Amino acid sequence: MTQTPAMPLHMQRVGFDPVAELARLRADEGVTEVVTPFGMRAFLVTRYEDIRTVLSDPVRFSNARTDFPLAEQLRLDEAEISRQRAGQLLGLDPPEHTRLRRMLTPEFSVRRIRRLAPRIEEIVTSHLDDLEREGPPADLVSRFALPVPSLVICELLGVPYSEREQFQRRTARQLDLSVPLAERVTLNRESRQFMQEQVSRAQAAPGDDLLGMLVRDHGDELSNDELVGVGLLLLIAGHETTANMLGLGTLALLRHPDQLAQVRDDPTAVEPAVEELLRWLSIVPAGILRTTTTEVTLAGRTLPAGALVAASLVAANRDAAFVEDPNRLDITRGALGHLAFGHGVHHCLGAPLARLEMTIAFPALLRRFPQLALAVPFEEVGFRPHHFIFGLQSLPVTW
Amino acid sequence: MRVTADREVCIGSGNCVFSAPAVFDQDDDEGLVVVLTAQVDDEDADAVQNAVANCPSGALRIVDA
Repeated sequence: MTQTPAMPLHMQRVGFDPVAELARLRADEGVTEVVTPFGMRAFLVTRYEDIRTVLSDPVRFSNARTDFPLAEQLRLDEAEISRQRAGQLLGLDPPEHTRLRRMLTPEFSVRRIRRLAPRIEEIVTSHLDDLEREGPPADLVSRFALPVPSLVICELLGVPYSEREQFQRRTARQLDLSVPLAERVTLNRESRQFMQEQVSRAQAAPGDDLLGMLVRDHGDELSNDELVGVGLLLLIAGHETTANMLGLGTLALLRHPDQLAQVRDDPTAVEPAVEELLRWLSIVPAGILRTTTTEVTLAGRTLPAGALVAASLVAANRDAAFVEDPNRLDITRGALGHLAFGHGVHHCLGAPLARLEMTIAFPALLRRFPQLALAVPFEEVGFRPHHFIFGLQSLPVTW
Repeated sequence: MRVTADREVCIGSGNCVFSAPAVFDQDDDEGLVVVLTAQVDDEDADAVQNAVANCPSGALRIVDA
């Protein structure tokens, strides 16, 4: 069963683009009141500089929420809320956030992540081999974009890949606002149960993977609930985001054939192209809601203490104050400073992994199938309209 | 131009290593920023300025121009 939720402005798209109203609000107002998918009023911040201000100031803009929306309606008790919050880095402020993040930081350094390159190349190659063997047409989302990062994060974390269908399905539905809230809460409980099993296994016999490392090196500093929370966050963030970038990014390149050819034929074009696709697609529409801890002024508007603030990453990345002609995809612009991974202390932990996966996967796909093309008219490609993370339902391609 | 990094503030995003790999690295133990050459060559100056301006945690500083 699904329903059609009202989506706040910054989560609406027309094809790849944010709705025109978002640009108008950024130009005219800068800060606008919106209603979040959970029915709460929040201030939507839309200008690049203001968004950097919000995201880089955890003292005035807190990630730690004292209330839990809809707790009563969902019959969640204090103990369960507290369990669900444990280990959720995105719901913590320094110094609690710093303590957990520091345990994970060494695992995601650029140098450490680059050691995974040969294995990621193998995974990409084997998925391309399967596609080539079976021949066109194929759904690139279910055959490439989703399985490649899923397998990578499973191996990194130490979660059996044989469980992928279950956790992929749960994640996709948990993040889909058209799925009734009660079902999403049930799915969250199932996900926690699943991760509890992985954590228990790691506690009994810690392996060389990330869960094993956390148990071995930090087992006496982390509660069981924190281990489950961290594991779940990394599993979900590790596959659902890169998967959508690979699917949408391929579609974006197919719609810009000259740029596709550059990514395919010129190895030096790949890294800047990945950054531009991150900026242009901005698949995470906004950072986690912040709560003001004091009265603040943004874009000339005074917000009271205790107000919810949504910092629109897609509005920031499409702001002409940040890049010229922001609605144009241009893989040669090499623009640094996009906010697709966020900003401030909560900047995406897995950014080096996401970058590496994309840097390997896009050119490998385009070189294997130089004639890659949509198998349906563009108008028939299914975007996901009600998801927390922008993406595609499927991407039928031929070659 | 000289650049400094505050490892207490650094969150290990790795953005600076992407921007200016000749100047920034991360150590293996903590994954936090290491400045390889504090005195920045002219050819790296733009990349370093970008890295400083866009460091997510604000851990980098240019100390003299």
